[in-house]
Amino acid sequence: MSLTQAPAKSLRVLRFDRVQRGAHWANALLFFSLMFTAIPLYFGSFFGVVFPRHLIEMIHLWSGLALPLPIIISLIGPWGRAMRHDVRRINYWTREEIHWMRTLGKSTLEADKFNPGQKLNAIFVGVSILVMLVTGAMLQWFRIFPVPWRSGATFVHDVFAWAVFFVVIGHIVMALTHRDALRSIFKGWVSRSWAERYAARWIQEEPSGELKH
Amino acid sequence: MTIESQPDAPREPQITVNVGRRVFLGIVALGALGVAFGNSVQNFLGDAFGSGLGGLLPGGDRFRIYSITGNYPKITRDKYRLKVSGLVEHPTTFTLADLQSMPKTSFTKAFQCVTGWRVPDVHWEGVKLSEILDRVGVQSGAVAISFDSYDHADTESLSLDQAHLPDVIVAYSMLGAPVTIEHGGPVRLYVAPMFGYKSLKWLSGIRVVDVVEPGFWEQNGYPVNGWLDGTTGPNNPDPGLT
Repeated sequence: MSLTQAPAKSLRVLRFDRVQRGAHWANALLFFSLMFTAIPLYFGSFFGVVFPRHLIEMIHLWSGLALPLPIIISLIGPWGRAMRHDVRRINYWTREEIHWMRTLGKSTLEADKFNPGQKLNAIFVGVSILVMLVTGAMLQWFRIFPVPWRSGATFVHDVFAWAVFFVVIGHIVMALTHRDALRSIFKGWVSRSWAERYAARWIQEEPSGELKH
Repeated sequence: MTIESQPDAPREPQITVNVGRRVFLGIVALGALGVAFGNSVQNFLGDAFGSGLGGLLPGGDRFRIYSITGNYPKITRDKYRLKVSGLVEHPTTFTLADLQSMPKTSFTKAFQCVTGWRVPDVHWEGVKLSEILDRVGVQSGAVAISFDSYDHADTESLSLDQAHLPDVIVAYSMLGAPVTIEHGGPVRLYVAPMFGYKSLKWLSGIRVVDVVEPGFWEQNGYPVNGWLDGTTGPNNPDPGLT
């Protein structure tokens, strides 16, 4: 199934609702803001003479402080039902899923809405937001912390920044090479045939009425 | 993450494990360990295997370049002048060559920023500040030194006693090469026993004064005495703290 062969509406299955798509793109925007502003802050000595460091710092700080908001807002309230549902899916793994991850995808698996690799990506990005927020806050409001903790926070912020950077690059590469999945973060739906192939357990579990667009 | 009790939880047809929560908490614990012990691990690796390996770890061995003005003042080495004035017998303006012809001091010490990052084993070379003060002759009644920068924004201060410490230098070489512009070149201050904000960059003037004038960062809340060990005891009085 490719982007050009969109299935009829009756064959579409809702994968991400509006709230989830909005949260994803707000999150992505903040991530890009953070990564781009991190480059001159981290590699400052290679960046020649002039750049408005203070402005870049402020953009980085406020982007970081705002980063948890899209996820929190999309989880709370009556509009967050699909998001909460997916968080539970990401949290709970079957024995088969754990085995699939341990064998790096070599065992057979009737996949959930997200495969274990996608789940692990989501968990890692989620926990990284928390770790980056806490260590970043320690760097910004450092006075109340002992000096070795400030150094430790710098270390952790740097290590996680590198890890998140590569995970997000991997996420983007996977998205660009999986067009049907990619379309669902823009338009919300996947084709039923795609879901039956790549998310069979999800399709079996969900009452079909809920999935219609 | 206590979500089992949610009424709209999906039916679980198979035995499941809350991997998400476990991985989440595990990584949070790793992060906390990193904050608590990352500094010690980096120092240990740096001591055990030299700064090379310590430098491979993110966070270690990396200067974060700060500038108050968002700009670096460009001073060529030929045009560089250090003006020493105030309560001195012989007000003097030093060229870079003048400084380099004076007795040289060099040592290897870490650069520790107050915000946490630290660069171990930095080689420094220059003239002891006390050497310059002896050269110009400090008048009686002098209490402190004020420093000015070519960026026309940063200022710093040291008490006369602090200025005479042997590891307080006017540095023209750093990391084995002339001090680069982003590190405060051609000439900067390096105050080894204090946090990095005391090591003023692009040093333009030394004024011997009769009162400690809190510098730019002190006016923004940092301690006037930026001792690395945080002490402000009777031997390290901090006249700026109120």
